[in-house]
Amino acid sequence: MSKNKIAVLSGKGGTGKTTISVNLAKTIENSIYVDCDVEEPNGHLFFKPEIEIEKDVNVLIPEINYEKCTLCGECAKACRFGALTKLIKKILVFDHLCHSCGACYEVCPYNAITEIPKKIGTIRIGQSDGIKFIDGKLNIGEASGVPILKEISKEISDCKKNIIIDSPPGTSCSVIHSIEKSDFCLLVTEPTPYGLHDLKLAVELVKEMKIPLGIVINKSGEGDKIIEEYSKEENIEILAKVPFDREYAQAYSKGELLIEIDENLKEIFKGLSARALELINK
Amino acid sequence: MKQLAILSGKGGTGKTTVATTLSEIVKNKIMADCDVEAPNLNIIFNGSIITEENFYGKETALIDSEKCIQCGLCESLCRFDAIHDFEVNPYHCEGCGLCMYKCPVEAIKMVDENTGKIIYAKNKTGEKIVYAELFPGADGSGKLVTEVRKKAVENKGDSEYLIIDGTPGIGCPVLASATGVDAVLVITEPTLSGFEDMKRVLTAVESFKITSMVCINKWDLNKEVSDEIEQYCKDNSISVVGKINFDDIVVKALKNLKSLAEYPNSLPFRQINEMWLKVKQILDERAEVK
Amino acid sequence: MKIAISSEGNTLESKVDSRFGRAKYFIIVDSDTGEYKVIDNFAALQGSGAGTKAAQILLDEGIAYVISSNVGPNALEVFQAADINIYKAVNGTIKENIDEFKKGTLEKILMPTNNGHHGE
Repeated sequence: MSKNKIAVLSGKGGTGKTTISVNLAKTIENSIYVDCDVEEPNGHLFFKPEIEIEKDVNVLIPEINYEKCTLCGECAKACRFGALTKLIKKILVFDHLCHSCGACYEVCPYNAITEIPKKIGTIRIGQSDGIKFIDGKLNIGEASGVPILKEISKEISDCKKNIIIDSPPGTSCSVIHSIEKSDFCLLVTEPTPYGLHDLKLAVELVKEMKIPLGIVINKSGEGDKIIEEYSKEENIEILAKVPFDREYAQAYSKGELLIEIDENLKEIFKGLSARALELINK
Repeated sequence: MKQLAILSGKGGTGKTTVATTLSEIVKNKIMADCDVEAPNLNIIFNGSIITEENFYGKETALIDSEKCIQCGLCESLCRFDAIHDFEVNPYHCEGCGLCMYKCPVEAIKMVDENTGKIIYAKNKTGEKIVYAELFPGADGSGKLVTEVRKKAVENKGDSEYLIIDGTPGIGCPVLASATGVDAVLVITEPTLSGFEDMKRVLTAVESFKITSMVCINKWDLNKEVSDEIEQYCKDNSISVVGKINFDDIVVKALKNLKSLAEYPNSLPFRQINEMWLKVKQILDERAEVK
Repeated sequence: MKIAISSEGNTLESKVDSRFGRAKYFIIVDSDTGEYKVIDNFAALQGSGAGTKAAQILLDEGIAYVISSNVGPNALEVFQAADINIYKAVNGTIKENIDEFKKGTLEKILMPTNNGHHGE
């Protein structure tokens, strides 16, 4: 069985990416849920996984060997991120500015730089009710979660299951790394002017990355028209509408799964799951 | 000028609703929308563009195909998987310059990439806003946030307050929204995710040593979690300056592209108004101490 | 002795630039001869690490003192490690600040004036 990678994203935060991803992962057969929102990973609150493995994610930062260093300053000149400064008697290294590009290491004429690992976060692998779970967490103060996303990509590269990627909000570099190489993108939106504004940004990004896409309207209700009109204009299919209900919002606030509180919602996710797989395998 | 940053940790808690409502309540101010990847403030604010500037957020390597001898050294050295078939993928390129430094025939140079725009606008009643738009896939948003704030300060006129609508999350752009402000107002919701993310963002700005305040939006959705949040704030000496009820009027206003200020008798509007009085007091007191 | 001041413009009548890392110019004044040199602060163009890059530019010029209004933790660390004192500028022109510096009225900056712009 070939793997299918479905990325769930939204231009705007708080539209329901995690709600949709988690409930979808619990509905679709043979799935794995992957939480790529490494700044604020919330999937675990709903999945309540048993964690089996926890790994550090490290990046390389330079260390100067003063026995070989002549203080020529080439490393500081080469660094475009201001992470190395040449003083009279030593080279100052600023870890948190380092992008781990290796330029200093490569340009040093005296081989005086070694690269040492620094931990920036973790990834966790576990399972809940037989469904595999992976998430990543970026340590507070670190600039970029991309190295964690790369580790996560490695973990799932051989995976033969249906992969549900819960991306970070927005359209940044982190989102690109999360949704790259997916077979289909589900764009979650809410039927409001804010939702539509940010949906358009997400659509632009996914189209540039040439990945097929579909829309899910979360908190659906009388305002849906604004999204329906747009999707018609752009010829994008709306795969599901998850209705808004105060009861659902309360369940969400307690970390409950939507598919477990209502038969209607269970059917909606079954339909979404089937249609998404259908479109991928066309 | 007194500066307030509105943050949320998690998206969807109502940060922009609060910011938009404050933009109507607070008269002598300029708004800065630092949520540069999803700038929503101007949708309701409806400012008309006065100035628009290109923003160059990063450098990207560019290979001159005429000079390139296709030795492949650049591709083998690049740690960001940004070079394939002797072409640079700008989405992956970090702008580190390593390929340029090592190219044996100097066929690579670094070019500034236009990654977004900074816009200064005014609405019909002369209220001012600065916002930015990052092109999809573009990064460098910490620097853009700084430029937006700088533009707001440039255009402040005699504004007494600068209200910054920050980015959700805890990363670099969030910190750039909050650095050097007088106070931070974290908007949270009474959900497990909301509570957890509120804690993370409060920790992230802790080292700034500025006054942190919390507002629990939609508090009556889950009174238990709301109480837990209040207790947490009490234990950590953080003022809860507002608790806003979950009310359909907020959604109604939004769908009609209206600010809550057009429903002045609604409970949420009155609650945000009361909250502003407390926030204003804290900001004014801090200014006197300085 | 060379004194570096962050500046908004390129003459001695220019106002002090309140930022260090992203200041528009640095003016380096030789307190013995009165001569001065204007440097375009290209560190300001960087996405991140402007503070340390700006500090490096000044170190390479062989300055002995720095005058500015807002210096972040990275730049401060560089100057402290290099044993260079930073003084807080007063509101006014470059010339006015040099005069105040010579009179000994400027205060030293010992702690960062902000907590860093985190890689901007």
